[in-house]
Amino acid sequence: MEYREICEMTALQLGQAIREKKTTSTEAVSAVLAAIEEKEPQTHAYITICREEAFAKASEVDAALAAGDEGLLASPLAGVPIAIKDNICTKDIKTSCASKILGDFAPFYDATVIEKLEKAGAVMIGKTNMDEFAMGSTTETSAYGPTLNPWDAGRVPGGSSGGSAAAVGARAAVCALGSDTGGSIRQPAAYCGVTGFKPTYGTVSRYGLIAYASSLDQIGPIAKDVKDCAALMDIISGHDEMDGTSLPQEMQPAGYLNAMNGKITGMRIGIPKEAVEKGLEPDVKKAILDMGRTLQNLGAEVEEISLPFLDYVIPTYYIIAAAEASSNLSRFDGVRYGFRAEGYEDLTEMYSKTRSQGFGEEVKKRILLGTFVLSSGYYDAYYKKALQVKAIIKQEFDKIFSRFDAILLPAAPSTAPKLGESLADSLKMYLSDIFTVSVNIAGLPGLSVPSGFDREGMPVGTQIIGPALGDVNVLNIGYAFQQATDWHKASPSACAAAAEKEVR
Amino acid sequence: MQITKELVGYVAELSRIELDEAQTEKMQQELGAIVEYMDILSTLDTTETEPLSHIFAITNVMREDEVRPSADNEDIMKNLPETEDGMPVVPRTID
Repeated sequence: MEYREICEMTALQLGQAIREKKTTSTEAVSAVLAAIEEKEPQTHAYITICREEAFAKASEVDAALAAGDEGLLASPLAGVPIAIKDNICTKDIKTSCASKILGDFAPFYDATVIEKLEKAGAVMIGKTNMDEFAMGSTTETSAYGPTLNPWDAGRVPGGSSGGSAAAVGARAAVCALGSDTGGSIRQPAAYCGVTGFKPTYGTVSRYGLIAYASSLDQIGPIAKDVKDCAALMDIISGHDEMDGTSLPQEMQPAGYLNAMNGKITGMRIGIPKEAVEKGLEPDVKKAILDMGRTLQNLGAEVEEISLPFLDYVIPTYYIIAAAEASSNLSRFDGVRYGFRAEGYEDLTEMYSKTRSQGFGEEVKKRILLGTFVLSSGYYDAYYKKALQVKAIIKQEFDKIFSRFDAILLPAAPSTAPKLGESLADSLKMYLSDIFTVSVNIAGLPGLSVPSGFDREGMPVGTQIIGPALGDVNVLNIGYAFQQATDWHKASPSACAAAAEKEVR
Repeated sequence: MQITKELVGYVAELSRIELDEAQTEKMQQELGAIVEYMDILSTLDTTETEPLSHIFAITNVMREDEVRPSADNEDIMKNLPETEDGMPVVPRTID
């Protein structure tokens, strides 16, 4: 099979082709590596490529499938290459969090999600670029340089899982894992024209995910369509005793892929008027309204609703996230991981020199902000206040979801910004997270699906958000939408080929 | 809430992060803008609202206190910048 053909397949199609012996896992790995070689100079989506490890795993899977291994034959993604965000620990493979301070840190254990993927026969192809410690909305704060948007190299891919989204968007990965603390899966997925899912807090184990803000972080899939996301959720979700916030098995949603039937008749879906009115780019506004109409035509009841708390979500989120970050990142002290500065007199100076040279500017800013909101004298006015507003936001969502099965929100107020634009004004960058952060504050499932293009040809994404543990329903609404539309099938190369045909 | 240079210096010291004069000024400006924006929360009445840490009513996770295998010392130590006899080396802390 030609490598481009393999790279245009969804993960489920590729898995099926491998099981039906139309191709092999080894051939799939070669195909993705060829695509990486072609696209990386333009996108820079990866920090580490796992060539040898991937070929070793692929031949192991090929041999097991040939020998009739029943477990792998029943595993929809056996043999399929997958890219992993570089804040997820991988045994003996460099895990950098895109930070200088981790140096060449190579964990001595696998994250739970990596163990689960391994068992399912998926093949890790590489570790993807990200904002340093997942702090940023553009993948420009990476110590390894920015990732570029596969649709336009003058623009950012979004962040913080920008490498994972750009790799899938550029067809230099079949599917990927990212992590989402305040929109870090959904927003880059939207900017890169792919599908991204942030599951309910506690459904996917955080064991081995290098923590940014523990009460908000969640690992999730980035893929070409909703069905691939559902297939990945079947693999990575489930109770894990290594994560104290992992939900008990009896509470966990299950059977994600099997539940995708596209039937949404009678489902009640709300579109918040504040979100539509709130300074959206016209093409982003059109996309969400069009999506509402499409879902209505598919049998859903779509109504306008109100999200009265929208003005309060950004401060609440940044206070909680910064506070937890300042605590989580205190472990990077020059003793236990990779990098240690030189030329210090005593222990305190070694700490501060290492941290000053090892952390980038955005990370330092959030540590200082977090330390401030937690410090004596300011704790009540900021941190405690944010936790109180969090309670209000949750109550408001509870009220909405007592009447609705899901709501729609834009993934971001605009399509992908130009490189450098966001870093010039960090408050402005924080404000662009307005439609994603409330989902993390309330622990909800949120799915971003491609829903149009703007007049400059950049992809637009819209979110489907459901109540906690309503993950399967949320994915199924997205699946119904993708059965009725073709936005998710567009890729930069396919669009370029179509444009060329038109010119001829 | 006004973010002063002294306050930036104070939280930087608590955070074990060194800032030079120019960096302090930049942080003062940027944190000032962010904190000013955050003050919008003070317009909300939360006197009757309990702070919420966890979305789900999480209880303590208990297990039997049994011995389980732990990571190999050598595996852990290989990531440290400086070690000796399987232990991390740090500057002298007590004279």
